[in-house]
Amino acid sequence: MSSKSNLSEKSIGVVGMGSFGTAIANILASKNKVIAYARRMEIVDEINTKHSVEGLKIHESIEGTHDPEYLCKSCDTIFLMVPSAAFMEVVRAFSPFLYPYHMVIHGTKGLCLNLPSNKSLDEVGKISRKNILTMSEVILQETVVIRVGCLAGPNLARELYASQPAATVVASRFNEVIMEGQRLLRNDKFQVYGNSDIVGVELSGVLKNIIAIAAGALAGLGLGENAKGLLISRGMVELVYLGNALGGSLKSFIGLAGIGDLVTTCNSTLSRNYTVGYRLAQGEKLTDILNSMEEVAEGINTVRLMKAFVEGTGMRAPITENLYKVLFEDLKIEEALQYLMKYPFSVDVDFL
Amino acid sequence: MAETYIKHKYEPILPQKDEWPVVKLSKSRKEFVKTVAEASKRSVLQITNNNMDLLKEELETTLYREKLRIKQNPWAVDPDDDEDFWRKVRSRLVQLSGDTSLNKTQKKKKYVEILDDITMRYAEEIASNFIHSHYKLTRRIVTYGFSRLLNAARVKGFKSIFSNQYTLQDKIQIVGETDQIRDLACKGTIVMVPTHFSNLDSILIGWIISVLGLPPFIYGAGLNLFNIGIFAYFMNALGAYKVDRRKKNLPYLETLKTYSAEAIQFGVHSLFFPGGTRSRSGMIEKKLKLGLLSTAVEAQRANFQKGIKGIEGKVFIVPVTINYHFVLEAPSLIKEHLSLTGQERYYKESDEFSTSYKISKFLVKFFTKGSDISVSIGKAMDVLGNYIDADGNSLDKHGRVINTRDYFMANGKVNVDVQREEEYTHHLGKRIVEEFHKINRIFSSHFVAFVAFQMIKRENKKLDLYSLLRLPEEDIEISYEDFKSTCTGLLDKIKDLASDGKVQIAPHMRESIDQIIDHGLANVGMYHAKRPLVKNESGNIVTQDMSLLYFYHNRLVGYELEKQFK
Repeated sequence: MSSKSNLSEKSIGVVGMGSFGTAIANILASKNKVIAYARRMEIVDEINTKHSVEGLKIHESIEGTHDPEYLCKSCDTIFLMVPSAAFMEVVRAFSPFLYPYHMVIHGTKGLCLNLPSNKSLDEVGKISRKNILTMSEVILQETVVIRVGCLAGPNLARELYASQPAATVVASRFNEVIMEGQRLLRNDKFQVYGNSDIVGVELSGVLKNIIAIAAGALAGLGLGENAKGLLISRGMVELVYLGNALGGSLKSFIGLAGIGDLVTTCNSTLSRNYTVGYRLAQGEKLTDILNSMEEVAEGINTVRLMKAFVEGTGMRAPITENLYKVLFEDLKIEEALQYLMKYPFSVDVDFL
Repeated sequence: MAETYIKHKYEPILPQKDEWPVVKLSKSRKEFVKTVAEASKRSVLQITNNNMDLLKEELETTLYREKLRIKQNPWAVDPDDDEDFWRKVRSRLVQLSGDTSLNKTQKKKKYVEILDDITMRYAEEIASNFIHSHYKLTRRIVTYGFSRLLNAARVKGFKSIFSNQYTLQDKIQIVGETDQIRDLACKGTIVMVPTHFSNLDSILIGWIISVLGLPPFIYGAGLNLFNIGIFAYFMNALGAYKVDRRKKNLPYLETLKTYSAEAIQFGVHSLFFPGGTRSRSGMIEKKLKLGLLSTAVEAQRANFQKGIKGIEGKVFIVPVTINYHFVLEAPSLIKEHLSLTGQERYYKESDEFSTSYKISKFLVKFFTKGSDISVSIGKAMDVLGNYIDADGNSLDKHGRVINTRDYFMANGKVNVDVQREEEYTHHLGKRIVEEFHKINRIFSSHFVAFVAFQMIKRENKKLDLYSLLRLPEEDIEISYEDFKSTCTGLLDKIKDLASDGKVQIAPHMRESIDQIIDHGLANVGMYHAKRPLVKNESGNIVTQDMSLLYFYHNRLVGYELEKQFK
């Protein structure tokens, strides 16, 4: 397999040119021809004429399009890098042009609610595993593509864009998808690990957002590093329990996509979820925070889903439950913290 | 479609027997066995990484297990020279490992020769012995004999023995996608995957295939069935190849899989019982044995690799469920199931269906009393579980035509990826289980057994399954009124499921609730010495055997109907 591009070789598709999508497209473009899909026409024009995305310079060879059919015809391997709120919609738009020979690798951290039509989460209240879809499950449900993978890990887009050293996990049940991901993404500054437990890896990326909000809140209260250490380790336990209940394996949660991403997110003021927690602790209202943010803080949705899931299965998840109260039921962060400090955790680690 | 029982004569799709794939195969049996042995050898070598030490170890393990089998679990059907052959293998292995005069390549060659002899022997043993005249005779015996018995029982009077009023199709109803399977059998290769509850299934399916006018299918039948002379004759006649479950060694398993994959590529329609063995619990198989199923995926890819793009190279998977009121082997099956799940790890492949006497007794009972069987033929799928349209094209969930070949492509070419095919097989297995649940036909007997068991369970919430099954039968009594009202509630749920296409129900389930209950009580496990469910003098429902009740109840597990009993 040569990494040199030639005319007969197909391009690599990147769908969604948000910050993470742009960073990945840039990495891909150093080895291959890349076709990038953006929904907004002005972004497509900017890519094609100025070789930049919202002012950020990108690789000159990246071609912009907003035609799903063209992208699917030109590419065998497609990276789906859209926010979870738009994920279902984009997948459905691409579905008519996807065929079983396509490989799709997504980099979206989020969950999708799968309820019978005409029901909403508030009406149902409690949900079970079959009401929750991970992003790879959305792809499997909506398209004919079966060779699906996901990209997860401590990958702050700005650092990737600046070519700082980092690593990621490509997870798929298919070895060939992992190999393809490694072949396309790996370079001197970017290490790519493989994992066959795709659901576990996806869940790691999703569930850590809950803890990230809590970490932001602790910082917003002006608390120090001891508190953060406590939160991360207890958060890890909660993540493992929830993740197991949703069908992921422990190994993935203590790997790069799990603990690696958790530590990064909980320390990063760049993270959107962290910011939400921070501003809440500073006394702002959730609606105001959300209105003033450009990109979605995925953790908020995750907290809602997980709270309903916890109630549906009869588990306990103290951090998630209290965070839910803070976000949606006006519980004071200080009170939630008090509650957690009194919670009878008796054993340090009981999942290994 | 699903509602009407299909009872009409199907013309054979291939009237000339020489056109039958299975006849073509049997004509070239010798070369075919050779091909299989050769291919199996190659795949064993590949698995052992062409490493001589690994190969040697594999051969030694095989030898050890075979010797153990001969000593501990010999069967009548085993060839006379079994011991001889393995003794020779042993002496060759011993000699070879002590021989210092040979260099590595020479040694390796010798090991491969031993492997060659073993796979050849296995391939020869597995291969079917289809003889057309036997097939014709068997078919006539089955049809004639069965219909004589049937008419003798149902039509009164002296002449009854010669009456033709009832045919086997009154007893065994065939429903579902019969036209599709006939059509596709002319175009591509069919792999039929039925549920498996009773040893009679093999014969039953053989008969169904011939009634549908299809040429004979080959299928793997447990070697234990060949222990009985008459069965062996039937099996051979129906195109069965032999599967010996005692042999778990690598060369054997590879040869078996290769045989199946090569036969599918040859264009011979095949039949697998994907559950592996009979369902011991009485549940519809949930976990399938993927070994043989993987050969369908493999054969499909091999056909694409050979450049066969048309429908003639396509493999169609057709799920089939067989529905009974009564499973002869139920008592021993459920006993085995319970001892297995009850943490008793070891049990011996037993052979309880063993005497011709038992079988004939059953057949007489079966035909002289009423207890119907229905066979539902499911929709055909490709090897990825996509439905097939009238022209044999695969359709995706949105009804768009897709090419199955695309699933095996990477970088624009069809390639071999063992791990990918494992995943595909896994996926296909899940799809088959889904289809089984959809085409499963609920009978009154399953229904009453399910309701009764769940009611008893609800009464004894604190007991786990094993304690529940050990409850003294004389302490259990369900009042008829309670039973009836619970039945009525559940029947509505089942009808909802049926109208959503999630399950099928037999026509007798459309009668009044009293009639359904009577029908169910009369039929559930009707020939067992201890009946799973009966009415006592005061008209209440009692059981004589909890384990059997559990067995018949299990047929309705998997539809989340248990929730109704919380």
